[in-house]
Amino acid sequence: MTEVSASERVDVSFHPSILTIDVEAETNRIVEHLRDSVIRRLSRQGAVVGVSGGIDSSVALALSVRAFGPDRVVALILQEKESSPENPVLARELCRGWGTTPVAEDITAALEGFGCYCRRDEAIREVIPEYDSTYRSKITLPANLLDSDALGLFSVTVISPEGDEQTKRLPLHPYLRIVAATNFKQRTRMAMLYNHAESRNYAVIGTANKNERDQGFFVKYGDGGADVDAIAHLYKTQVYQLATYLGVPDSIQRRTPTTDTYSAPTTEEEFFFRLPFETMDLLWYAEEHQVPIESAAEAMQLTTQQVARAYREFAHRRRSTDYLRSHVLALSARDSGSR
Amino acid sequence: MTEITDTAVVRQQIHDYIVANFLFDTGDVKDDTSLIGQGVLDSTGVLEMVLFLEERLSLSVSDEEVLPEHFDSVDALVAFVTAKMGTDGSSGLVTHET
Repeated sequence: MTEVSASERVDVSFHPSILTIDVEAETNRIVEHLRDSVIRRLSRQGAVVGVSGGIDSSVALALSVRAFGPDRVVALILQEKESSPENPVLARELCRGWGTTPVAEDITAALEGFGCYCRRDEAIREVIPEYDSTYRSKITLPANLLDSDALGLFSVTVISPEGDEQTKRLPLHPYLRIVAATNFKQRTRMAMLYNHAESRNYAVIGTANKNERDQGFFVKYGDGGADVDAIAHLYKTQVYQLATYLGVPDSIQRRTPTTDTYSAPTTEEEFFFRLPFETMDLLWYAEEHQVPIESAAEAMQLTTQQVARAYREFAHRRRSTDYLRSHVLALSARDSGSR
Repeated sequence: MTEITDTAVVRQQIHDYIVANFLFDTGDVKDDTSLIGQGVLDSTGVLEMVLFLEERLSLSVSDEEVLPEHFDSVDALVAFVTAKMGTDGSSGLVTHET
């Protein structure tokens, strides 16, 4: 018998099509989960979904309509002055297709009340003094996750009204203040979702996917705040499979996913993930299932060094973002000091 | 006053900063402990270390230098800092001789 070394062992269960799902069965499973959660466990009478015109919220809305019918689903369009004007156009197109009546709310005044924009702008000016509110801005990470060992540091990019672009690395304190200020957007959206849900005795349906939840790409008590998750168990590429099956319009499926957080267009890839979804999903799956680096590299036609970098980054992200997924920490009664 | 660019002083400053800033003086780190692997340094922590090196040790750190091989342990940080001090000139490590 010939002994096979770890480096020669090929994981036959891992292949590039491993994330292909039975879309009909998965749809039925999620619809049943939504009904069971909302009606039976939470005793709510319908669902509120925040729709942005992006792929995740479109799929969550489609599933909610299947679960509860169009009359018991509120599609909430939450715009503010820096949102893409394309968002409500696409969201309304989506609602027309599924027979739901969209409800639009402008949250700009609420964000101004919190000081979202001015707190962020002050922090950016610490790094780029000439920046003012006529500029657009975004923060990004380097895109070369597979090809560099560098630990990604955030940069801020500002674009003047004339179109001149300037990018600088963000030091610690301005970075923290920019993130804290812009997080008002997700938290204000969450507050408005709950206003509409509570005024109807409905539940809020979360629109985060597995990549966002597991890697920590969400705002605690912001877009992470919901009663029931519809697609948090699905990789982004699986969300696209469902979108096709459910009939999400091509105009939405073709859109590059963005953060809808910064005034300059920012893709999710450049803001956080640092990899195209097709590559990241497979590498993430492989890392989660402890597929040997050599097997993943062979199946994906990458080098072992590239796969090792991705595995290391994923483990680091998971650890770094535990805080976001943790619930409120409290002592239990039996831990009390009473005698 | 004498400027001392001694490895032992660098090591002590880095070690003390990590223990005080990331462990709140409730624990200790060995010189070869993986700071990233053990969760001592998360992404914000890496930024804090960069700030420490730039402000307290007067070093200039480029994006390309923020690598695990330079930041993942006290040993790695000491090697990185002492090499930088050799190329960047003096650091902010100043002590008083009596």
